[in-house]
Amino acid sequence: MRQRRTLPRRIDPMSLKAFHIVFITASTLLSFGFGAWALREYLSEGASPTNLTMAALSVASGVGLIVYGRYFLKKLKTVGYL
Amino acid sequence: MEIPYVVQPRPDTGLYNAKLGIWLFLASEVMLFGALFSSYILLRIGAAPGAWPHGLLNIPIGTVNTLVLITSSITVVMAWASLKLNQFNRFKMFQGITLVCAMLFVCIKSYEYYDKFTHYEVIMTDGMVADGHLVEKSDTHITLKHVAVFHEGEGTAGDHHGEHREEMRIEAAQIRKMENYGPWHNTYLAIYFTLTALHALHVIGGAAVIAYLWGPGSRMWKTDPERFTNRIEISGLFWHFVDLVWIFLFPVLYLL
Repeated sequence: MRQRRTLPRRIDPMSLKAFHIVFITASTLLSFGFGAWALREYLSEGASPTNLTMAALSVASGVGLIVYGRYFLKKLKTVGYL
Repeated sequence: MEIPYVVQPRPDTGLYNAKLGIWLFLASEVMLFGALFSSYILLRIGAAPGAWPHGLLNIPIGTVNTLVLITSSITVVMAWASLKLNQFNRFKMFQGITLVCAMLFVCIKSYEYYDKFTHYEVIMTDGMVADGHLVEKSDTHITLKHVAVFHEGEGTAGDHHGEHREEMRIEAAQIRKMENYGPWHNTYLAIYFTLTALHALHVIGGAAVIAYLWGPGSRMWKTDPERFTNRIEISGLFWHFVDLVWIFLFPVLYLL
């Protein structure tokens, strides 16, 4: 018997969830961009530990935001508002 | 007469009234901030090569403020999701954290402003410039701390590499011009204060709405929970917009 395919539910583009996904994506890009900027400053302006620390922290926060974004999408699947 | 679509979405638009209203409002906000961002870009590319100031702002402090706002966006969504899951106490907790983050952001921003208003550029009669923070001011002299001393016209403010002194006393008779780093100091600071003050006003306005819905406004949860949850979503949408503006402001003003 042929199994019926279920279509993925469309995300309401004007919901808080959709806006949150956009925001987390922008924040993740900022984190990695800022990390690259801080690393460039560290390499060009001499070994300032502040720049290296900021680079490491921003890359870590970028990774953290990706993990959070995946968790958020998974968790809110149980909330029936889409 | 009952107003339709207060809670349930209109079939043709798929939106309830308040959501349509907030998106129209956010569209007008995009135009407001978009115009200011465009002004910044035009002023920046129109500046003479090497004349645009760099290094005037404290990047670690700006980074902390960015993290504070990102955290508040996460908690505002968690607060809304808690209501969807019928967990009112968790909503209170998450929205409380959002308010703390909002207050923290405003406090840090105020400190940054204070730092700029006490930061002086003093041009002396011999053509030297002393750039530092004001400690003391009287009719006869001023005292600056963390001072950089360099020749007038040597580099731009913030990235000069002159002589550095911990403290410096300057007699009033030696001073030709003295000005703090307020919005009147240069074009960059004018647009910096305009954009960040407008943004801070939005943070304060958003926090006031969130505080009302966290406090007295939360009584609606008992009488009309679905409508209350929608109100939280609307305040969350506005909060996300304000935070997204900062995500663009931070690299533009602090890094580039």
